[in-house]
Amino acid sequence: MRQINTDVITETVKNLCIEANYFLSPRVLKLLKNAYKTERENLSKQVFSRIIENCKIASKLKIPLCQDTGMVLVFIRIGAQVKIQHKRNDAETDLEAAIQEGVRRGYKEGYLRKSVVDPLTRENTQDNTPAIIYTRNVPGDKIKITLSIKGFGCENMGKVKMFSPAAGNGEIKKFVVETVKKAGANPCPPIMVGVGIGGTMDKAVLMAKRSLVLRTKSLVKNKKIKELERECLEEINKLNIGPAGLGGKVTALGVYIKTYPTHIAGLPVAVNISCWANRYREIEI
Amino acid sequence: MDTKICLPFDVEKFCELKVGQKVLINGIIYTARDQAHKRIVDSIKKVGLKGKTKNFFDFRNQVIYYTGATPAKPGKIIGAAGPTTSYRMDVFTPLLLKYGLKGMIGKGERSIAVREEIKKHRAIYFIAYGGCGALYSKCIIKNDLVAYPDLGCEAIYRLEVEKFPVIVGIDTKGNDLYEIIRRGKK
Repeated sequence: MRQINTDVITETVKNLCIEANYFLSPRVLKLLKNAYKTERENLSKQVFSRIIENCKIASKLKIPLCQDTGMVLVFIRIGAQVKIQHKRNDAETDLEAAIQEGVRRGYKEGYLRKSVVDPLTRENTQDNTPAIIYTRNVPGDKIKITLSIKGFGCENMGKVKMFSPAAGNGEIKKFVVETVKKAGANPCPPIMVGVGIGGTMDKAVLMAKRSLVLRTKSLVKNKKIKELERECLEEINKLNIGPAGLGGKVTALGVYIKTYPTHIAGLPVAVNISCWANRYREIEI
Repeated sequence: MDTKICLPFDVEKFCELKVGQKVLINGIIYTARDQAHKRIVDSIKKVGLKGKTKNFFDFRNQVIYYTGATPAKPGKIIGAAGPTTSYRMDVFTPLLLKYGLKGMIGKGERSIAVREEIKKHRAIYFIAYGGCGALYSKCIIKNDLVAYPDLGCEAIYRLEVEKFPVIVGIDTKGNDLYEIIRRGKK
């Protein structure tokens, strides 16, 4: 067994919160720079140069890219050979508490906005906790933490629909494109579109969200799914929403689909949207 | 070339600005978003359009910026302070315009009702660059708390800004940039 102290997890989560908010991932930045070259209109180009300038300022001054420093999602994969070592032997130092403490410290020490409130009283929790945590057990002796910062300008624009199994790819595509069309300028385009197809209602939404953490290489092997991604992207970029919703060729930087087997009676489809500032970090301990 | 305006003095010149025009703002703007709007509207409803209450900031002939900044680092004026999505304020905006608000800065489309009120009161809606909180942070040279301190980042702050870049989204005649783009006129 390999022992990992909860303190290490807290410190890691803290750093990931700060880094994700200050520095846009090189992969997303590259997509933005390529999109800048694609645009021809004066106003659309202007939006891209402001965005790229913003990223430079944020990393130089070490301040958040966007004032909406979001809600934190933590996807954690724990190897079977890992033993989480608690510093003290009390319930306060379990894995989830260690993650929440990391978020608490990250948002305090990184001067990030605390945007988390009670859903009904709207009372602020004052430290941006709780984060939303998804845990998976995997083989091996490592812990992999994937942290995603989700602002709500784009989160509010997501949708889920329970289709009839009779629905085909055409209807799925229409739903994805319509969702983006309705969102218009609100989710800060150019956006990234996560699509979850199959599973149960919750699984579809989770897949849509998870697929927004971009990989350097697409995990999609199935040709038909790749084709569907490409078709959706093409249709979306014909909408002329463009960067900041001011018209242009690039409304979305990418469409990313994940699928999972579903029930004979159903076909859940979820669409989750990320603003251009798709902020995430991944690390293996 | 971007047009330069100085607030609040140039509210009279809003009628000269055309939809889609790039503008650089100097001067004073006030922050307010969801919760502050709710309180402002509650206050107006209590005292009527001509009245005034305690702890209420007079935004007549002023411009409101929809933002909730991140905390300032030590020695800094403000943190990231980009625009938030405007449509959430649409239910409150017509009353504010009736009261005398002259302009708004945010991102995204407004409702038809808001657009009509903007036209009626010869007000203006500016679009700021979404997600560019760091960029706008650099344009803010003074930041003072004005009202509702308990709202934290959602409180009302008086900001002094310099070369604050925006685009005219809805001009005083009610021309709407998003609508024009959607119809393919631009």
